Amino acid sequence: MAKRSLEPVLWLLFSAGGVASALFVPILVLLFGLAFPLGWLSPPSYERIHGVMTHPLTRLVLFGVFTLSLIHGAHRFRFTLYDGLQIKHLNELINLFCYGGAIALSVWAGYLLWRVA
Amino acid sequence: MSEHPEYTEYHPRWLRRRPSTYWWLERRAYLSFITRELSSIFIAWFVVYLLLLIRAVSQGDSSYQAFLEWSRHPVVMVLNVVTFLFVLFHAITWFNLAPRAMVVHVGKKRLPGSFISASNYGAWVAATALVLWLLLGG
Repeated sequence: MAKRSLEPVLWLLFSAGGVASALFVPILVLLFGLAFPLGWLSPPSYERIHGVMTHPLTRLVLFGVFTLSLIHGAHRFRFTLYDGLQIKHLNELINLFCYGGAIALSVWAGYLLWRVA
Repeated sequence: MSEHPEYTEYHPRWLRRRPSTYWWLERRAYLSFITRELSSIFIAWFVVYLLLLIRAVSQGDSSYQAFLEWSRHPVVMVLNVVTFLFVLFHAITWFNLAPRAMVVHVGKKRLPGSFISASNYGAWVAATALVLWLLLGG
């Protein structure tokens, strides 16, 4: 049996992550990175943000967005190093660093979102 | 013929010249390609930033206030401004290429690219509105 390549799966997850991060990340950066710190808008009260964040659906969606965005980022960064800096001889190390980092952060995200209360 | 002919490794001279490490500075299109590639780092940073926010919220009100205080630090602010520009660039270019990546047929007719872009931008508006409503609305 021919060895199946993992590449199509990685590209599929890359696309899904591209969509997820394009849909949700700009507004979140605008709010939590700019609008609240600069005082353009007042940040939500603790009760409000706590209520939104502990809802099971929010946690599920956030976990999906985080995991897919991380895989998307890892996949893209892998090719940045590959094409941009042409360090092909370090391929295995780069893959380990990129996907390993994405998986480690996803596990952390899952842990945090699981036990948020 | 000798018994052990000497083997000289024939190595053809490469016709391709190795591109410069800075090839991506040569043209605007290359530069925008690498800019989009670099957006990956900023997306990863922002995921970490949101995870820190979630951790703070799960620890209580004082941790949440400490996080908001930390988010006003100039270094964090500059990083987030840069992140916003990269993420916006990623989102716009991503939605613009969607019609080329997605070929949707209804019956025998191919849906026009403008329809696909419009539906992607529509989804973007909807996702943005949902976040705003959840955090600030009502």
